[in-house]
Order: sequence, then structure tokens, then C-alpha cells
Amino acid sequence: MTLRALLRLAWREGRASRRRLLLLVAAIATGTAALVAINTFTANLRSAITVEARGLLGADLLLSSRSVPTDSLRALADSLACAGGSPCRERATVTTFGAMGYIPTRTGVRLVRVTAVEGAWPFFGEITTSPAGSWPRLQGERIALVDPAFLTALGASVGDTLALGELRLPIAGTVDHVPGDVGIATAFGPRVFIPGALVPETGLLGFGARAEYDTYLRLPAGAAVESIADSLRPRLRPERVRVRTVQDEQRSLGNALERLGRFLGLVALVALLLGGLGVASAIHVLIRQKMETVAVLRCLGGSSRTVFALFLVQAAGIGLLGSMLGAALGLGVEQALPRVLGDFLPVTVTPSVSWPALATGIGLGLWTAVGFALIPLLGVRRISPLATLRRPYETAGRPPRDRWIAVAIVALMLSVVLMAIVQADSLPRGLAFAGGIGVAIAGLWGAALLLVRSLRRWFPHRLAYVWRQGLANLYRPANQTVSVVLSLGFGTFLLATLLLVQHNLLRSLRVDGGSKRANLILFDIQPGQAAGVDSLLRARGLDPTPAVPIVPMRIQSINGKTAQDYSRDTTDVDGQPAGWALRREYRSTYRDSIVASERVTAGRWWGEGSDSAGAPASISVEAGLAEELGVSLGDEITWDVQGVPIPSRVTSLREVDWARFETNFFVVFRPGVLDRAPQTLVTLVRVDSASERGLVQRAVVERFANISALDLSTVQRALDDILGKVGAAIRFMAIFTLGAGLIVLLGALATSRAQRLRETVLLKTLGASRAQVIRVAVAEYLALGTLAALTGLVLALGSAWALAHWLFETQFAVPAAPMLLLAVGVVALTAGTGIWSSVDLFRRTPLDALRNE
Amino acid sequence: MLRCENLTQSYRSGTGMLTVLQDISFEVAPGEFVAIVGPSGSGKTTLLGLLAGLDRPAAGTVRLDGEELSGMDEDQRAALRGAKVGFVFQAYQLIPTLTALENVQVPLELRGESDASRARELLARVGLGDRTDHYPAQLSGGEQQRVALARAFCTRPKILFADEPTGNLDQRTGAGIIDLMTDLNREAGTTLVLVTHDPELAGRARRILRLADGRLVSDTPA
Ligand SMILES: Nc1ncnc2c1ncn2[C@@H]1O[C@H](COP(=O)(O)OP(=O)(O)O)[C@@H](O)[C@H]1O
Ligand SMILES: [Mg+2]
Repeated sequence: MTLRALLRLAWREGRASRRRLLLLVAAIATGTAALVAINTFTANLRSAITVEARGLLGADLLLSSRSVPTDSLRALADSLACAGGSPCRERATVTTFGAMGYIPTRTGVRLVRVTAVEGAWPFFGEITTSPAGSWPRLQGERIALVDPAFLTALGASVGDTLALGELRLPIAGTVDHVPGDVGIATAFGPRVFIPGALVPETGLLGFGARAEYDTYLRLPAGAAVESIADSLRPRLRPERVRVRTVQDEQRSLGNALERLGRFLGLVALVALLLGGLGVASAIHVLIRQKMETVAVLRCLGGSSRTVFALFLVQAAGIGLLGSMLGAALGLGVEQALPRVLGDFLPVTVTPSVSWPALATGIGLGLWTAVGFALIPLLGVRRISPLATLRRPYETAGRPPRDRWIAVAIVALMLSVVLMAIVQADSLPRGLAFAGGIGVAIAGLWGAALLLVRSLRRWFPHRLAYVWRQGLANLYRPANQTVSVVLSLGFGTFLLATLLLVQHNLLRSLRVDGGSKRANLILFDIQPGQAAGVDSLLRARGLDPTPAVPIVPMRIQSINGKTAQDYSRDTTDVDGQPAGWALRREYRSTYRDSIVASERVTAGRWWGEGSDSAGAPASISVEAGLAEELGVSLGDEITWDVQGVPIPSRVTSLREVDWARFETNFFVVFRPGVLDRAPQTLVTLVRVDSASERGLVQRAVVERFANISALDLSTVQRALDDILGKVGAAIRFMAIFTLGAGLIVLLGALATSRAQRLRETVLLKTLGASRAQVIRVAVAEYLALGTLAALTGLVLALGSAWALAHWLFETQFAVPAAPMLLLAVGVVALTAGTGIWSSVDLFRRTPLDALRNE
Repeated sequence: MLRCENLTQSYRSGTGMLTVLQDISFEVAPGEFVAIVGPSGSGKTTLLGLLAGLDRPAAGTVRLDGEELSGMDEDQRAALRGAKVGFVFQAYQLIPTLTALENVQVPLELRGESDASRARELLARVGLGDRTDHYPAQLSGGEQQRVALARAFCTRPKILFADEPTGNLDQRTGAGIIDLMTDLNREAGTTLVLVTHDPELAGRARRILRLADGRLVSDTPA
């Protein structure tokens, strides 16, 4: 048979069932649309990042450090950017630090991120302000520009005076867009921009204050930025100066966003696989119905290959049509994604067609349709022409094993694993994902089979007729139990898992939880101010915790080996401390007692008193950090505390519950050595009403300008906001999955329609009322929906628990109401669809039924 | 044209083996019109299936136009059927999703011939020239069987097998079908093997094979 003849026959044969086949097309289209949308979006995002790359950094090279740039660093920077000419206009310095900002004439105060700009930063990219053109005024004028969020928070407006420590500046305008800034970032602290020269006037950057000093450079045209950066890194590392280039920025930003994209892509893949399952089960039933057609074709001289090819061509047609349609749809959906994800995006993503994403989507859609159809289709080869003479009967026992079906199943599974790995762009994550899907499908499949089997064995013969009829539908030949339970159950599983994970994440991040917990943190308190703060708070009727000292320090050496020694070691040895753990700044404390959020896991806590003079100080190290540093009990760590070496010995390890929002520390010293070290203090206090919290902060800040206050309810709101937005993005994709599940349900209904029609008409002819016919459908779909919802929920509970336990390491709790609502929703949806379809069937006349194929 | 020797067929049934056909041997000459008759359950359909190569016998051989069926695999037999055999069934067995014309075309398409004129011609010959675009569900039983006849003859088969082709039809319509069949048979010189339990139809054949309990009990000229 020629290919053209085959195509023609396939077209003719499929034409009459086009309504059913169209549903399969829709099932494939849904998944493909989701996949194409998210992958196109990721591609567009990547190209946007490339296009705006220089704007993201605002310069060619960034040197950043935690301490004021030294003269030699400045000289080095100038020689790079201006070949020594002075004043160097190609260098800009931006100092960033946290401070309390307020408007003296208004109530309220807000922890802000002060960005003090000195020089022509940004060299690339445009900062937009309103009124427009305000940005250059920071060079030389005594003004401030602020995030609009700051004005909103304080009810202030442009023209008001801003107070930052001792500094007073008129607010000249708002900054609406900084290249590379993520919208969501302002949730934690609005930005305030001031001229760099005015920083000393704030009086805020005294001892213990944390600030980031960024030196931005524009290099001469044609400079080899990357190789300059590479040569600078080893030179500047000892000075703790980080070197970043546009490429670094692009890479880390791209990675972070790509990870989100990849995750959403996996959710889309689920929708596609669900469509595949729908195709498989519909084709399975379709083939049963086509048994006689196949037998006739075989009688008339069609080889088993020809007949197989005929139906395979139809499946491929469904796949091609579905994936093309889906691709077109996906491009439409892609336009909506920037709106859903906008707050996380540092660049403007312009929707445009990404051919690779399009091709991948169409390819995956096609393969999913064909691959899933293949398994039931292979059965066609075994249909005997004898069926034309005698109605085929169900052979007792199992059908003979077909090697090719086993091959097809293995190939399909491998391809799903491959798709997951490609989509996740990571072997372990892809495998874990595919494994999770496998477990969920196996669970749902098992539950459906169990239902069918147990109904067959223990059929409730004593139920009323309509219920018996409905339940019997679940196990009679050509039933759709497995496919419906699988598709709806999977949708439920996915949505429930997302809801549960989100709920538990939010719960673990309840920083303002409990009506007695502290909700206001005051930090950067100087030792001399502690008593004053305490009495100020008590005078307002509050009960602050005793102030906790914080001593900033770095590691000088571990067991005599310095950090530099470690970084020179090129060989990767077990027990080698991680770089960040070696170089970071530690904010340690000292106390003689252990607190509620920690637990000693090794060694012993020290008692009262202090270490004997001359002996190394006793310290307790957090267990995870000890592992990173490769230290254990008895090891010696020498600390660099503001240039003074302090030797210490690890005498205990602790486990810390970081989720409790309290003053927790990696390293705790026994009181004694640090008592007189330079330090700041932190105190926590509970202030019930929001307005009183504002007043307290304001009172503290007005008296002690250097003290910062963190209002945990503000942080909470920011966290909720972020998680809510991430959740919304994920749910947006999950909707596709549920949509695919629904289409599969509709497909299942359409597939069994002919059979149902006959039965309905028969029942009607025999005197069944409309209500009775509907009740039969209700019984059947209620059972299906309930099974799907319950199994999906149980699986979701399992997977969410596993995620919470192993991935997020949080406690697990089940929000009963949303889960119940989801279950009821799925059951109602299933039953509703079933009823709708049977009402439609009831309307048909018996003649219709007899004439129908 | 058609020759079978010692054909035996048996099926596994619950406890033991059920022998449905036993030791059937006969020969059919080219152009002959043979009727196979017998009571229901006597094994007529089973025999027809074996003769046409739709099933494999437990024992014995079938030779169709000089070719030994038992030596062929399923696909080779399908090719043989496509080339030399036509079928008419009791239940018509039209493909419900294809129109009358398309149904008639199927065997030609399977051979790679896409010309519809032969199919049209035959549909006109069976009196359905104006029903080409109707689906089986839109045709009466007699009309469907006529489409099936057109389909059977469109490849100019050397031999035509019919299993109770009038079983689902009233007497007059059935007689019309048989008239058509014999006419076409005469025109094309096709060998005809007709299974029926209707003695009147069988009477029109030139030779009658009688089955009872799976055995050939008589072989008489009509
Ligand atoms: N696949 C089978 N398994 C068991 N018994 C069968 C099978 N096919 C046919 N039979 C039996 O073989 C006998 C002959 O059947 P059949 O050839 O259909 O008879 P006829 O066509 O003469 O009515 C019947 O008793 C039938 O029950
Ligand atoms: Mg029979």
C-alpha cells in the first residue's frame, strides 16, 4: 500500500470520529501550549538578559567589599578605568547600608536601604525618575530620591524632608526603575538614594554598621574585561574584594531565573504527559471499538503492518495537529507570563517567537501522542480476520505476551525520563521528577484497578438498581475507570501538593507567629546605648529581652592553618572547609546559658564563670557549620576580631532551630574574652498594635539615630507577598494540568458515548425515567470522582510531607479546609460532567441511537 | 481451484477438547458454485474460515488456487486474500466510518489502486449508483449487503466466500442478493462458496455439501 493511499485511508477512517479525535487533539494541545509558553518565555528572558546585560551591572567591572575602599584600591581602579588621569570620571562609588528613614513632620519610620552614589553610575542603562531627569541632581545637589514605596509607607510626598540619622534632605523625586532591579526587592526595604558625599553627615556608618562599598568602573573601549577581572581576583581576594563583570551578573541572574523557568516547565510537562495518558486510554477503547473494522481490513487483504500503520498515522495526525495548535496557543499564553512573573524580572521581556522552543514543544507533543498511542495500537496487530465471522469474545486468561508492547513501554518510560531530565536540565532533578510522576501514576493506577477488582468481587448486590447499574459501569468491558482516575487524580495530586507545600512554607516562615513572640528587633545598639534603649522601652510599658551582644569577626586560622593556606591547596581533600565558610564575616555572641532554640549535640556546655587566663576561649559551633569547616570537638580556631587574634577551642556543637525567628548564632563564646571586644547589641520586644510599633521605632530612632529597627510584621507581609506571587505563577501552570485532566475526562465520555447512547435509549425504551438515567450517571461519576480525589489527595499528602521533611526541613501540617474544598471540587466537577453528558444522551431519540455508528 | 484434505478443527473447552470439524476433504473446480449447508452449530462457519485462510486448522491442509495455506504466515495469507478472495458476511461488515464508495474502494486502496471508477461502476451495477456518499448507518440491510457485494467483486476475485449472506435479510431482499451474486459470478467466472441453512438458496447452487456435527455427510449435485 502506498503512503498516499495509507494517508487517504487514515483520513477517511478518522473523519467520522473527528469529534472524539478532536478531544485528543485538545489534550495534546493543552500540554504543548504550557510547554511552549514557558520555554519561549525562558528563551526570551535569556535574550533580554543578554541584551540588557551591561545595564544590569551598570558598568564593565564592579569591585565590592564590606569595608571602605582603601586608597590603593582606588588608585588601582583609577589606573584601570582612566589610565591614571584624574579626576577619574569612569569610576563611581556606591555605598549601600540599612538605616531608619522618616519624615520629621509625619509619624512613622521605615527601615530603608540607603544607596549613596558618588560618580556617574550607572555608566550603562538608564535610571528613570519622576520628575524625569532628577537622577543627575544627585551629583552635587543636596537632595534625596526615594522608591515610591517609601512615600506610600509613610504617607509622604515629594518635597517633604527626609531624615536619615543626622542628615536632613529634601525628597526631590522618586526612582521608578533601576536597570537590573527586581520589583519584589523593595518589599523588604524601599531604597533611598542620596549623594555619596553626604554619607558622613548621617553619622550612621560608625562601628559595627554594615555597609557594602561598590566601586563601579567603565573600562576603555576594547578592554579585555574578563581577563582583567581574572587577573584582579587573586590579587584582591586577601583584601576581601569581590570582582564582578557583566558576564558574571548575566550568568548568576540567568541561572536563578532559568531555575524558576525550568521548574514551571516541569509542571507543564506534567500537563503534556497527562494528555498522553488520555490519548493512550482513548485509543485503547477506540481500538476495541474498531476491532471489526480491523478484522474486515485484514479479510480484504490488509497486512497487520498496514493496519497498524493506518492507526499509527491517525495518532501521529492527532499529535501533529495537537502540538501545532498547542504551540500557537502557547505563544499566546506566553504574552501573559511577564504579567504573572513580572515582579521577579530584572529585565523587560519582549514576547517573540523562539524557534527552538517551538520546535521542542511540537516535537514533544508529537512524540507524546505517538508514544502513548503506540502501546494500545500494538494490540491491533493481533486482531484476527476471523472476527468478521464470529464476534470477538474476551479470551479467558491473559492475552499472549507481546514482546513489542514491552519494548514500547520501556521506550516510552525512558523517553519520559529523558524529557524530564532535559526539561529540568539536571540529571538528579530530572530523575527525581520522573520517579515522582511514576510513583503517582502507579498509585493512581493501582487504586483504580483495586476499585475495579473489588467491585467485581464484592459487588454490592443489595443497592438500589440505579446505583448497581452505575457502579457496574465501572468494571464492564471498555470502561474508563483507569483513565479517568488517572487523569483527574493526577490533576488533584498536583494541585494539592502545590497547596500543601505553599501552606507549609508559609507556616514555617511565620516570623510574627504567636501572640507573645517578639515582633520588633532593634539592632546596631552601641554598648553605651543599651541602658537608654531599655529604659525607653520600659517607660512605654514594654518588656524587651535582655540585649544580646554581637561581635563581628573572621576566621584567621583553623588548627594553625590560615584561610590563605587553604585557598592555596588545590587538591580537593575531604574535610577541606568550604570557601564561603572560611571567608565570611561571623557575627558571634557570648553568653553563659543555652537558649530555647538550640540543643547541644556533642561535647558539653560550659558552666558559670570563664576560661582560665591564657587558655583558648571555649566556643560552641553550630553543627552544620562545623561540618562545612571540617572542625570537631577539641579543634582550635583563631578568630580575627577587629585585627586582634583570639584563639578558641571547640567544646561543644549545637543544633539550632533557625526557623524560630530569634537571635541565633553560628558561634557562641564563653563569656570572658569578648567582654571588652568592639560590639553592638540587639534587643527584641513585643509591641502589639501596629501604630504603637511605629511610634516605638520612631522614638528610638529619634534618640539613637544609629539604631535600626526591623518590624517583623512588615517582613512577614513581604514574605507572604513573594510566596503568594511564586505560588500564583506555579498555580497558573498547574491550571493547564487540571485542564488537561478535564479534557481527558471529556474524551473518556466521548469515547464511551456510542455504548452509553445504546444503553440509555434501551433503558428509556424499557421505561426508565430521566431521573433514573441521571442517577445511574451520578452513581458512576461520584464513585470515579471520589476515588480520583481521594487517591490524589493521599498521594499529595505523601509527596508534600516528603518535600517538607527532606527538602524544606520544616514541620508538616495539613490545612483541612482547602484540601476538603479541592476534593469536593474535583468530585463535583466529575459528577457534573457525567450528569451533563447523560442528560444530553437522554435527549436523543431511539432512532438516533440505531442510526448512530 | 480450492482443495482441502482431512481438515480437522478443535477448540479447547473447559475440560477437554471439542472437535468442531473432523476429517473434511473435497475439491472445488474453477467457476463452480458450491453451497455448504447444515444445521446451526454444525461447523459451517468454522469450515469457511479455514478455507479462506482466516484461521489455522488443527490438522489437514487447504490449497487455494494452487497455493498451500498452511505454509504461509498471517501477512502472506492476507496478501493472498487481497489478490484472489472476496468475502460476503452475514453481518455485512462494512466499515462504519467510511461511505459506501469508500468501503468498496478499500480492497483496491490496500493494493495501491486509488482509481474510484471501478468502485463506482460496481455500485451502479448493484443498483446503488446514487448512494455512493452514504454511510452504512444510512443504508438498509439489503443495501448494505449490496455494498458488500460490490466490495467483494471490485478486485475481480477468483473465489468468493459468503457466510449466510441473507441471514439478516427478509426473503425477497435475500433472493435479490443471491440473484446479484450469481449474475456477478457468471459475468466474471468467479468460483462461489456459499454457506447457508436456507434449502431454497442452496437449491440454486450446482453442488451441495452437507455438514452435520462437524462431518461431511453428503456431496451431491443439486
Ligand atoms: N472459538 C471457539 N471456541 C470454542 N468453540 C467454538 C469456537 N468457535 C466455534 N465453536 C463451536 O463450534 C461449533 C461450530 O460453530 P460454527 O462453525 O459457528 O457453526 P455454524 O456456522 O454451522 O452454525 C459450535 O458448536 C460452536 O459453539
Ligand atoms: Mg455460522
